[in-house]
Amino acid sequence: MATPGRALPQPTPETQHFWDGTKANELLLQRCDECSKVYFPPRPFCPVCASRKVSVTKASGKAKLYSYVIHHRPVPGFTPPYAIAVVELDEGPRMMTNIVECDQTPEALVLDMPVEVVFEPQTDTITLPFFRPAKG
Amino acid sequence: MPHNTVAVVGAAETTRMGVIPELSQIGLHADAAINAMADCGLKPKDIDGIATAGETPVQLAHYLGITPTWVDGTSVGGCSFMIHVRHAAAAIESGLAKTILITHGESGKSRVGNPPRSVHPQSLNGQFEQPFGPMGPPSMFTIPVLRYMKTYGVTAEQIAQVAVVQREWASKNPRATFRNLITTDDVLNSRMIAYPFRLLMCCLVTDGGGALILTSAERAKDFPTKPVYILGTGESAETPMVSQMEDFTSSRAFRVAGPTAFKEAGITHKDVDHLMIYDAFAHLPLYGLEDLGFLPKGEAASFIAGRNTAPGGSLPLNTNGGGLSYMHSGMYGMYALQESVRQMRGIAPAQIPNAKISVCHGVGGMFAASGTIIFSNQAP
Repeated sequence: MATPGRALPQPTPETQHFWDGTKANELLLQRCDECSKVYFPPRPFCPVCASRKVSVTKASGKAKLYSYVIHHRPVPGFTPPYAIAVVELDEGPRMMTNIVECDQTPEALVLDMPVEVVFEPQTDTITLPFFRPAKG
Repeated sequence: MPHNTVAVVGAAETTRMGVIPELSQIGLHADAAINAMADCGLKPKDIDGIATAGETPVQLAHYLGITPTWVDGTSVGGCSFMIHVRHAAAAIESGLAKTILITHGESGKSRVGNPPRSVHPQSLNGQFEQPFGPMGPPSMFTIPVLRYMKTYGVTAEQIAQVAVVQREWASKNPRATFRNLITTDDVLNSRMIAYPFRLLMCCLVTDGGGALILTSAERAKDFPTKPVYILGTGESAETPMVSQMEDFTSSRAFRVAGPTAFKEAGITHKDVDHLMIYDAFAHLPLYGLEDLGFLPKGEAASFIAGRNTAPGGSLPLNTNGGGLSYMHSGMYGMYALQESVRQMRGIAPAQIPNAKISVCHGVGGMFAASGTIIFSNQAP
């Protein structure tokens, strides 16, 4: 579903590791070394206990479809109707994404269905994490 | 915190509402501010505090000729004005200012003099939401709703009922943009915007503004208008990213702001005669009724469908017609406050007889922030 015109992220020093990860086909979260909280979006400290001792951890890429809308209005880089989804990762955090390799209909997009991450390069530097219905 | 020690003495909306291409955004602020000053017999030299959002308080102080000893530019979306009322009440009580003007104006439809809307690609929203295709509130504010519907077994028909009932209120209001009655089928047959949301479940887009003037309850007695007292206030914030809400079936910001205001006011839900819940979209009254504690989780949709919030019902809600039918410039909170003040003054087009307490609850961003004000027309 990637077409020219889609808004793309510009990484900051605090998020560069995440976008380096997607480019290497890895979905990277962060875990607090002190309280064990796994969190997203990226920041160099724990949002629960404010510890600066945090580590980057690779997510399984497995998730479930948590909620979505199917947008019917034109947006640069998208062909409506298309779903704007939130998935809940097995590790706990939720993230916004698109659901690919799947009809963009209420019948095909069933809440709580298992999904898995796929990586689609957009430019030389930016690869976006999408999710598709889990296989097997 | 302030409790019945501060009152609204001036309140007005822009002279016209709807499509106002002859005024820019700051002109809409000024039109409402001048109307509010005229409402209570004040001039700019009488105002010593200014709060606003959309424009900066510096812009408004200069444009209106005000020399403030107190300024507040809290800008957290549509509930900014509830939060301004809260901050203004605290400022008056602590002596930072005596007479505070709060203004809103927005050229939401004509877009004259509005700053352009943009999401910076380095912001968290720009990096982790915008690339997936949201385009403004209709495709973002609505994202949690399928989870809410699945959790509580709520149907699209029930959400449509919110819009149907609010149109009944709007039909009684000559200033409402949409006044023709609608049916559930009308809502469910309207154009799909962002499934499961159809056009008539989404707010209007209009031009307009509003302004409030607050002073101490003691001084309020000397004004020509009926004082509307600030009984309780609350505010909170959660997240700028709708995808990062803690709970998709409930707003944490609502659950903090609402109960804080009730506790400060020292009232229970049974004491509430009139209720405003910011309704940019038809699901917001459901979240508001539950998160403010009027109803157990999951019961708001059947409560509204059962006509409890409709004309003649036990809990009149959004009696101006709301953002769905009255007007919605973008930051609707000011218009909810204006309707609460009208109800407390006894001059609303759809006046609730003998109403003594009005709760006015706002949201900012997409469940990003919240402010709650509880008004009373009973002298302390």
